Amino acid sequence: MNIIVCVKQVPAKDAPLAIAGNWIKESDIGFEMNEPDTYALEEALRLKEKHGGEVIALSLGPERVKQTIKEALAKGADRGIHIADDNFAQLDPLGSAKLLAAAIASQKCDLVLTGLQSDDHGFGQTGVLLAGLLNLPHATLIMQIEVLDGKLKLKRELEAGWFQWMECPLPAVLSIQSGINKVRYATLKGIMAAKKKEIAIVTRESLGVTIEPTQKIEKIYVPTKTKKTEFLTGTPKEAAAKLVEKLKFEARVI
Amino acid sequence: MKILVVAEQRQGKWNNISFETLVAAQQIAAATSGTVSVVVIGKGVAALADELASRNLAEVLLVEHDLLESYTPDSYCVALKQVIEAAKPDLVLFPHTYQVRDFAPKLAASLGKGMIGDCIGFRSEGGNLVFVRQMFQGKTASDVTFTGTPPWFASFQAGAFRADLLAAHPGGKAPINALKATLNASDIRTKPLELFKEAKSAVDLTQAPLIVAIGRGIKAPENIAQAEALAKALGAELAASRPICDEGWLPMERQIGSSGQTVAPKLYLALGISGAIQHVVGMKGSRTIVAVNKDQNAPIFEIADYGIVADIFEVMPALTEELQKSKS
Repeated sequence: MNIIVCVKQVPAKDAPLAIAGNWIKESDIGFEMNEPDTYALEEALRLKEKHGGEVIALSLGPERVKQTIKEALAKGADRGIHIADDNFAQLDPLGSAKLLAAAIASQKCDLVLTGLQSDDHGFGQTGVLLAGLLNLPHATLIMQIEVLDGKLKLKRELEAGWFQWMECPLPAVLSIQSGINKVRYATLKGIMAAKKKEIAIVTRESLGVTIEPTQKIEKIYVPTKTKKTEFLTGTPKEAAAKLVEKLKFEARVI
Repeated sequence: MKILVVAEQRQGKWNNISFETLVAAQQIAAATSGTVSVVVIGKGVAALADELASRNLAEVLLVEHDLLESYTPDSYCVALKQVIEAAKPDLVLFPHTYQVRDFAPKLAASLGKGMIGDCIGFRSEGGNLVFVRQMFQGKTASDVTFTGTPPWFASFQAGAFRADLLAAHPGGKAPINALKATLNASDIRTKPLELFKEAKSAVDLTQAPLIVAIGRGIKAPENIAQAEALAKALGAELAASRPICDEGWLPMERQIGSSGQTVAPKLYLALGISGAIQHVVGMKGSRTIVAVNKDQNAPIFEIADYGIVADIFEVMPALTEELQKSKS
């Protein structure tokens, strides 16, 4: 089974964000693989270990995203595709999906996996859009994958504690729910092996994709507060004592 | 502006977030001198359509088909595409549910359009609609506008609008108009099977008056004992944000958020939780919210009544001690 897994690189979780127009200042912060995508990658690697085939890690973005592709290769992906695009932060969900779909269409694959959503834009649309653009069946929020004869049996998470089993023919696009598996770390051997693995570079031009944006992020900003927070200061012990007072006599909840 | 809301029902009952989205639509219509229609889709859902007709709507569209009995992304996309082509709305609104996430972007793309998903509000500026949504896990908000021609597609997050503001129909009842959708079994590629719940959860956090919740800031499973001690001193239940349960450090049944339980206790004490929207939707109704986080810009402080900007590993033992002292 040949699997393409889409991995996005996003600002590191603890990175201090400085807003610049409708994006952030990228210069002084670290980046990492989007956490929901790490679960999709892990699932791809497990399917490959069980059923054979290859795993291709696909990422869209500027030069820095190569690091995320390398991380996927170090964990066990066989090769990478980098859609080099310095202007990726200005793409809308449909624009990004068109580029990814064009790269996927150039490969022979049985399954496309994505994470649930990205921790930066948080659009949460990529997998579903890929299915539409590639005219493939899809399913989202997947918590378990069983490969049957030419099709998949999937456990899908619904809301409020409900789940549903479903069947989906191959080829297909699946968006993986976070927590489906335990993500592996790259081994030293894996990191060494990754150095010899190929990363193909493609562009909007080479993919022949023209993009007409359907939406525009005008600006981003620190949200205005809806509630007035009373900050309790002092040493941890002082703050704790103040909090107990407040909870007892002001909020009256304990 | 002509607005069409795609309402969501589950097993014969309206999902409350559908009413919230109708309120959003009524407010946008008021700001743009527009009208609101709603589409009800399924099999045997005429009574549900009737329920909506008593609200202030221009029209209730009813689309029934045997192949719409169970939700599939293919059947919904095929049917709703026909509805949109017939009704010609300028703006199509959805409640931002797991089901909507599963088909709405594809539906919009099938018409060559984009969708602004997971919005928390809107503004009307000189005739232009600006949608507000969160980015960077709630650390920033963004203003987003549509480019290009209608129809436009957007979804609103749970809790973004108040369902109880839904206006009743001024003249009695909105007309219910049946629309025919052409659907073939071959359109539907995925096959939904049985619905189920995992083994019944032993803890019902929705009934807990006091909750201590931990997030990524707890760093390692061996540190959970400190939060447990604090919960015990407070007489509270211990809960967590999704990443903690994904790691297996606490069972899934203790998860608060869009994919876990939704709670509204008297006191919610958030320890090392940044306040990503997926978590916040599950607890923002709490009466008193306390947040402890070392990052003073963490979005959790936007909804907190009391905040302590500090290392949770210093605050947890201090607070446990103070609580024990106050009891004795």
